[in-house]
Amino acid sequence: MTQADVRHERFAFAGTGTVYSYTTLQDAPESFTEQSPYVLAMIQLDEGVMLTAQITDLGDESLAIGDRVEMVTRKLTTEGAKGMIVYGYKFRKMLPRA
Amino acid sequence: MRPVAIIGVGMTPVGEHWDKSVRMLGAEAVQLALEDARLEGVDALYLGNSYGATFSSQSHLGALVADYAGLGNIEAYAIEAGDASGGAALRTGYLAVASGEVNFAMVVGAEKSSDAIGSSRVEGRNVSLDADFESIHGATLPALAAMLMRRYMYEYGVELAGFEGFSINAHANGKRNPLAMYRNIIKAGAFAKAPFVSDPVNLFDGAPDADGAAAVILAPLEWALDRVSQPIKIAGSGVATDTLAVHDRKDPLYLKSVALSAQKALSQAGRNLDELSLLELHDAYTILTALSLEAMGFAERGAGWRMTDKIGLTGDLPISTFGGLKSRGNPTGATGVYQAVEAVLQLRGTANENQVNSAKVALIQNLGGLATTAVTHILEAL
Repeated sequence: MTQADVRHERFAFAGTGTVYSYTTLQDAPESFTEQSPYVLAMIQLDEGVMLTAQITDLGDESLAIGDRVEMVTRKLTTEGAKGMIVYGYKFRKMLPRA
Repeated sequence: MRPVAIIGVGMTPVGEHWDKSVRMLGAEAVQLALEDARLEGVDALYLGNSYGATFSSQSHLGALVADYAGLGNIEAYAIEAGDASGGAALRTGYLAVASGEVNFAMVVGAEKSSDAIGSSRVEGRNVSLDADFESIHGATLPALAAMLMRRYMYEYGVELAGFEGFSINAHANGKRNPLAMYRNIIKAGAFAKAPFVSDPVNLFDGAPDADGAAAVILAPLEWALDRVSQPIKIAGSGVATDTLAVHDRKDPLYLKSVALSAQKALSQAGRNLDELSLLELHDAYTILTALSLEAMGFAERGAGWRMTDKIGLTGDLPISTFGGLKSRGNPTGATGVYQAVEAVLQLRGTANENQVNSAKVALIQNLGGLATTAVTHILEAL
């Protein structure tokens, strides 16, 4: 992270954004092989910040640059011999709103 | 600060050295460089290595290689800057000799990628990404390169086949290099049909991880002028950095560290882009070559991929003259030193089948991550 200013401030993102780019990994690191192949994306949040995260719940649907996505909490991977679960953010294509 | 010259070079074949450890590879390159310089020893050794800790369970490689190469109890340590470790080691050696503190510096790059294979190598390589914001999401360097490439294709309307010229050139040159890892040629049209590693990056796009070691010996230019037949001057040296996470950059398709390090090295050397005889760029992915050419000002934004008709050995701007990372292979922490050795051979006029005609000034550029670190050097024949 770029962090010239070390003071922190809590801020709630809406959790919605747009796909800047994406790829499907065929060659995963050891701690992600059981999820392989998976889709990774760079996502421009509506507040302007960009981040990198997996796209989940895609099923047979395709993804395109510019698609609208929303954040969900998911298991990212496991760590250590006891398999401690690491939770974090992934994104899915935005569901239709009522 | 005093001027510095390269007075000796050595490199091992690049490939899979199942019968040699990282210390053996490093010591072999050291011995070759000493023989080339006709020296018995040096005052200090600076070693570039990226993944010794995760591939080979071995750090502390400066002392290890100095000892194994029989250099005695000299000053020695390793430099780490991701895949730019070799270039950073060259920079460190340059500063040591330029300062007057060290007279003879050995700069070695050594890596044993085949100590880790498959998904454990991918995991081992991931330590040079942003652990909390990239690796934890399953990102890898090829995946990040792929996302830049897809965005570039989208913004500038470029087809996948538009990048093939970089890989075709690398392999055409690598075929002539007996030390290269993959000496096959890539035929026109084959590139866009290769299987994806992380789409749109495919097998003919990404450089292969490799084992290998290379070394250069640095000395004060003034000392070298009277005693060495063809000293090669380090005329410029520049390093710049950028965010580890690619997504933190305001404009991910602009490699700011490449621009800044090249500007610094060129300005120190007093050279313009049109005075360069050849470039050794960090062609780990074709998109990196295109973006590097644009960041340095060889091409407009979005036009770097169009330069492939100029980059052959007899072209206006030869690139990857010994095969580059793509064909010679990418021995990660050693790559920046291989670039230096190859440029020295070009400037001495001893590059044999890979020789660029009347090569006088070379720009070599080693990147860590997707240009998180950029190290640029200008080397000149006298």
